[in-house]
Amino acid sequence: MSETDASGSAGSAHADADRARHSGGGTSGPADADRARREIAAVWRIESARIVATLARFTGDVGQAEDLAQEALVEALGQWPDEGVPRNPGAWLTAVAKRRAIDGWRRRERLDERYAAMARDLEQQGGEASDTFWDPDTIDDDVLRLVFVSCHPVLSREAQIALTLRIVGGLSSEEIARAFLVPTATIQQRIVRAKKTLAAANVPFAVPEPNEYPERLASVLHVLYLIFNEGYLPASGEEWLRPDVSAEALRLARIVAGLMPREPEAQSLVALMEFTAARFPARTARDGSAIPLDKQDRSRWDRAQIARGRAALDRADRIGRGRAAYGLQAAIAGCHAVAPSADETDWAQVVVLYEALGRIAPSPVVELNRAAAIAMATGPASALRVVDELVAGGRLAGYPPLPAVRGELLARLGRTGEARGELETAARLTGNAREREALLARIAELGGPPAVE
Amino acid sequence: MKYMLIMRSNDAAVEAYEQLDFNEVIAAMGAYNESLIKAGVLLAGEGLTDAKEGFVVDFDQTPPVVTDGPYGETKELFNGFWIIQAQSPEEAAEWAKRCPLGPGSKLEVRRVTELEDFPQDNEWIQKEAGWREEAEGRLGTAGA
Repeated sequence: MSETDASGSAGSAHADADRARHSGGGTSGPADADRARREIAAVWRIESARIVATLARFTGDVGQAEDLAQEALVEALGQWPDEGVPRNPGAWLTAVAKRRAIDGWRRRERLDERYAAMARDLEQQGGEASDTFWDPDTIDDDVLRLVFVSCHPVLSREAQIALTLRIVGGLSSEEIARAFLVPTATIQQRIVRAKKTLAAANVPFAVPEPNEYPERLASVLHVLYLIFNEGYLPASGEEWLRPDVSAEALRLARIVAGLMPREPEAQSLVALMEFTAARFPARTARDGSAIPLDKQDRSRWDRAQIARGRAALDRADRIGRGRAAYGLQAAIAGCHAVAPSADETDWAQVVVLYEALGRIAPSPVVELNRAAAIAMATGPASALRVVDELVAGGRLAGYPPLPAVRGELLARLGRTGEARGELETAARLTGNAREREALLARIAELGGPPAVE
Repeated sequence: MKYMLIMRSNDAAVEAYEQLDFNEVIAAMGAYNESLIKAGVLLAGEGLTDAKEGFVVDFDQTPPVVTDGPYGETKELFNGFWIIQAQSPEEAAEWAKRCPLGPGSKLEVRRVTELEDFPQDNEWIQKEAGWREEAEGRLGTAGA
């Protein structure tokens, strides 16, 4: 199985050769050809998941289905620049891919039932002429199967991410590589290997059985969240935001949430991403460093995006199955999103939400956040008790926010000497220059000479 | 990137629209909106009521003059909009082409400005950033 990878702006050598051959005799110039190629990429982005899903229903093999779809795409790159984009491009691409599949089976004289079914279907559809091409009763189910197969546990997390972006998102290997700051060849290899792994493991083109459904769903949502975070959290030491990557994850999360309208966590993940992304415009300082939540200029938050987040969280709540981890995180993010300032945040509510989150997904970081919220809601003394337990537990040793929070709490309790010590520790531990400056400024404010530069 | 699809129709299109079966119109538009939602690209969208209910605030004169709809000489009326997430103008165009509209109607497609579209070295934007930093400094490291 070769990967053609023609959907990207660069395309493959094969696709370029094809395109050059077909557009050479026409009247269209290189600018037209380039425009046509961008149009095809746009169609691909919109249609590819449904095309691959439809093909996979027949072949049973997602990797093979994707290869067939890519072959159809190469054919489109050859024809459409001259002949124009067909009226129903998704149908055209699917029909071409089916014909390729049927031809391939014929050549190998493997006349099995899958091939026969596909041939019958192609006949019924009347090629690409049909206007109501996607059967609404089956296409969503097929795309959902595609989502689950792309995130199948036989695949490594990296492979799941690459395959999801490629097959569900319709991104080229080049686009995925750019998103993850790795060479294109790495992504191509990852995808080829992932397809082989799926085939070798005989992974069925199906949604998981009820007994494994919760775990598989969690895996799908986790993959989407990792993609989102790739654009949002500093990766490999880099500080800048890549909002395009997060926007892509959000688009995929909305698709998945639409496919599973009865899953509160899928809706909640959309809400969490919307709330988080709404803050992006206020998150980065002029020097590129991150501005913490309480110091952000909230007038820069995207209000329309916050409204979408609230709508998504409402959808999750209306399902009536309570809130799980994404639901609680989204609700916390929602409390911040609607608050006019850090001081006017409903901190009591945030504390309750962190308590609930700590019960279902215990983590010392959640505990530390809960302590910070308690400090805002009820004052530093009760918060310090929570932090001291964390210190005693030792699981956050070396984590700069721990001494930073403890130092701040001590300062507010008037225990200035101890506060300075903690803040100095935090300043020593942090890798973020701006954060370090802020800590040193706070130490200076408390009085006395700073102990660290 | 975000694009706004702005629907504009002339009188003939509006009249033709009124001749159609209302349920069919609603169904076609509903299916279009659903396709945008399912693709995860619909960010916002609204339809507008009859221009007779609208009015224009014209800044040709000071103070501005308010004129009731439907604005006389205007050839095309703005009837609604969508804001979609798209990676390229071609993708926005592909979505626009799928909208169930007929002759006399147009979709004007415009990219929505983002933060990066504003010149960050503009004197006023720099000044504002400076004020902000001062204000933050005064607040100190409040809160954890």
